[in-house]
Amino acid sequence: MSSLQKKAKSFIVEQPIWLFVLACILFFSFSTEHFFDIGNFKNILVQTSTIGLIALGLTFVMINGNIDLSVGAVVALSASLAVDLQSLGMGSAVVIALLSGLLLGILNGAIVWKTGVDAFIVTLGAMIGIRGLVFVYTQEQSFFAADFSYSDFGSSTLAGMPTLAIIFILFTLLMHYILTRTIHGRNTFAVGGNRQASIDAGIRVGPHMVINFAICGFLAALAGVLLSTQMGASTPNLGRDFELWAITAVVLGGTKLTGGSGSIMGTFGGVIAIGVLRNGMNLLEIPAFYVLVIMGSILIAVLFIDKQVNRGSKQELNV
Amino acid sequence: MSNLSQTENIQTPETVNTPALALENITKTFPPSVTALDNVTFSVQRGEVHALVGENGAGKSTLMKVLAGIHQANAGQIYLEGKAIKIDGPMDAKHQGILLIHQELSLVPDMTVAENIYLGSIPTKWPNRVDSVTLYSNAEKILKRLKCKFKATDKVSKLSIAMRHMVEIARALVFTPKIVVFDEPTASLTDTEKYVLFEVIEDLKKENVSVVYISHRMDEIFTLSDRITVLRDGCYRGTVNTRDADEDEITRLMIGRSLDNITKSKAPEFGPKVIEVKNLSCEGLFEDVSFSIREGEVVGMYGLVGAGRTEIAETLFGLRQPSSGQIYLKGDQIDITSPSVAVESGIALVPENRKEQGLVLGMSCQDNITLSILEQVASYGVLKKKKENNIYQKYADELAIKSPSGGQKVGNLSGGNQQKVVIGKWLSSEPELLILDEPTRGIDVGSKSEIHKLIRILAQKGYAVLVISSEMPEVLGVSDRILALFGGKINGEFTDNEVTEDALVKAISF
Repeated sequence: MSSLQKKAKSFIVEQPIWLFVLACILFFSFSTEHFFDIGNFKNILVQTSTIGLIALGLTFVMINGNIDLSVGAVVALSASLAVDLQSLGMGSAVVIALLSGLLLGILNGAIVWKTGVDAFIVTLGAMIGIRGLVFVYTQEQSFFAADFSYSDFGSSTLAGMPTLAIIFILFTLLMHYILTRTIHGRNTFAVGGNRQASIDAGIRVGPHMVINFAICGFLAALAGVLLSTQMGASTPNLGRDFELWAITAVVLGGTKLTGGSGSIMGTFGGVIAIGVLRNGMNLLEIPAFYVLVIMGSILIAVLFIDKQVNRGSKQELNV
Repeated sequence: MSNLSQTENIQTPETVNTPALALENITKTFPPSVTALDNVTFSVQRGEVHALVGENGAGKSTLMKVLAGIHQANAGQIYLEGKAIKIDGPMDAKHQGILLIHQELSLVPDMTVAENIYLGSIPTKWPNRVDSVTLYSNAEKILKRLKCKFKATDKVSKLSIAMRHMVEIARALVFTPKIVVFDEPTASLTDTEKYVLFEVIEDLKKENVSVVYISHRMDEIFTLSDRITVLRDGCYRGTVNTRDADEDEITRLMIGRSLDNITKSKAPEFGPKVIEVKNLSCEGLFEDVSFSIREGEVVGMYGLVGAGRTEIAETLFGLRQPSSGQIYLKGDQIDITSPSVAVESGIALVPENRKEQGLVLGMSCQDNITLSILEQVASYGVLKKKKENNIYQKYADELAIKSPSGGQKVGNLSGGNQQKVVIGKWLSSEPELLILDEPTRGIDVGSKSEIHKLIRILAQKGYAVLVISSEMPEVLGVSDRILALFGGKINGEFTDNEVTEDALVKAISF
């Protein structure tokens, strides 16, 4: 029993975001009658799956000590490719869209590795450049999926669960496993925590960085494809600000901007927190602009509280 | 310098017996359950050098951090010149005349030496502009007093670690101090720099400033101090007059047992050459260095900071590329182009600066130990917790790492234990050649002798070991053969039975 209590306690200290999620769920359940409902929860999972998938990849990149700002643009590119290239067959179109994200991720990683330019700058450039590519490719046009089975996928269910929610949860579990149980995951932490010590330990820092950017690019592309199936269409402005929402979710989940610490379960919590807040405030009919003000304030408040809590429990033990 | 001469402490009869500083019944706990200081009492007279000794984790640094306002005590009272005071943060401590010179460097690398010296108190002129002229000329004066060879306009990032320590010391001389605390000031200083520091301390003493001197080095403590206070496990163990004390007594107070000297159980014959270095040069750092190390042999590399010791180690480990020369590992010539090549070839480096190069401080002890051997504890890229744990347990037992569990963050351990984790990390990769750069820097006497013993045990097991050190007793104690380095060249080679301290000193300084 006491070991269970200990576990619960350490979970709360390490993942305080879940406490916040719980508080939000309680609050909204009592303040609006439509919130506490299985259907609504499924809805929240579908709504958050796009930002969620991006945030999963971003968690890896950020723990690794980097950042990827180009994910929003990749969403637009992959969505446009997946919808526009349906004439090649739906499967090929999706594969090409996913590959585009994977390759751009590898490119980002390779540039950061080989040039040593800060990832913030490289991916900022990529964000602007890829968005430009999307406009060149689409000529500012929106595309619509002619085949209805494409948009049917976005609203389909498997055993009562929305397919998109299942995909999101499966990837969450997979990424959690990779981060906590594999050599790649461990080295991701090590490189972010102390790059020099990692190099000295014989870890090849560059390839791990490239892999993480590739994962991040791939998941952003997947998010783009899934988003386009939800809408049955793509627009060149798709995915604007998504990188900021994803970073918000990752940071809410306890990942440090400086790298070296974080978790997928935390990020998942951050994503759900954003989803629950949006959904709940929507049900309360709070005007959209106020929602933004509240979300911004909450981000700062949560990180402030987290800092206070962690400072209290981990005051320097440097005796 | 000018600031110091302004300090005029005229001793009136009333102040003679009031200690300059008294800490009474100080208790400090860290949540959840660590008692770092338990009812500690400590006092310093005016113009006294008071040494504070104890093993790592005994509470010395914590006590001084309480004094300097970095930590707040849970109980107890601080008196400055007889008056009860409250210290409200580091800045307040400075203004009250209490200065702590940190063991860990806290400099801004991208700023100049002068800016660092005056950080937080940069001289200004109307309306609020930096007074560069005063800044640099004052800083230059302080550096001159400390006989530093670098300039006030140099960037800190260009300085060696020893030089950075001198900057840290220079900082203290800006204020008009009543109490100056030196926390392990000589850990990375060369002998020359050390004597300069001792002169500075003597000067402070003459000006009636009280000095608290924390060190692991007995010789320094006995040369410098008037009284010695011993802490153990966060408790006060006693204060003695240095004149009446002897080293064994202090050591017993510190660790509750006597230390035995390093006993070298000699391997009668060494195995084949593990590494052979021929005419290795790296421009401007070292030249024409040749030596070899055989299986089971400990070679000590002794020299001053800047003699090229660390640079040679870094070249063997692939962190630097030589401009000419060859390295042979077990008879085959190899090109060590990167650390990962070195690790794969069986070369391990325990670096000089463990926090920057050796450890990932945010990760656990266990994860740090298995850092370079993840392939061995994984199958198909998936880590096996049990295997990892076994490896941690093995080295935790072997090295006597004091940690509540393998999951403990390594950043929360004391210096000695952190160093053991770094060594454990490399032992787990089962290297053929183990290079240890200053293996016992900032480590207490007890752990020091454990590490020395360990080095001998490793040699017996057949490892070739290269120990780089600026401590003569250490080099003499553990090595089978000693290479003396001077100005980037090997200036003498001594086998264990023919070496004398005199010859060694000559070889590294002429």
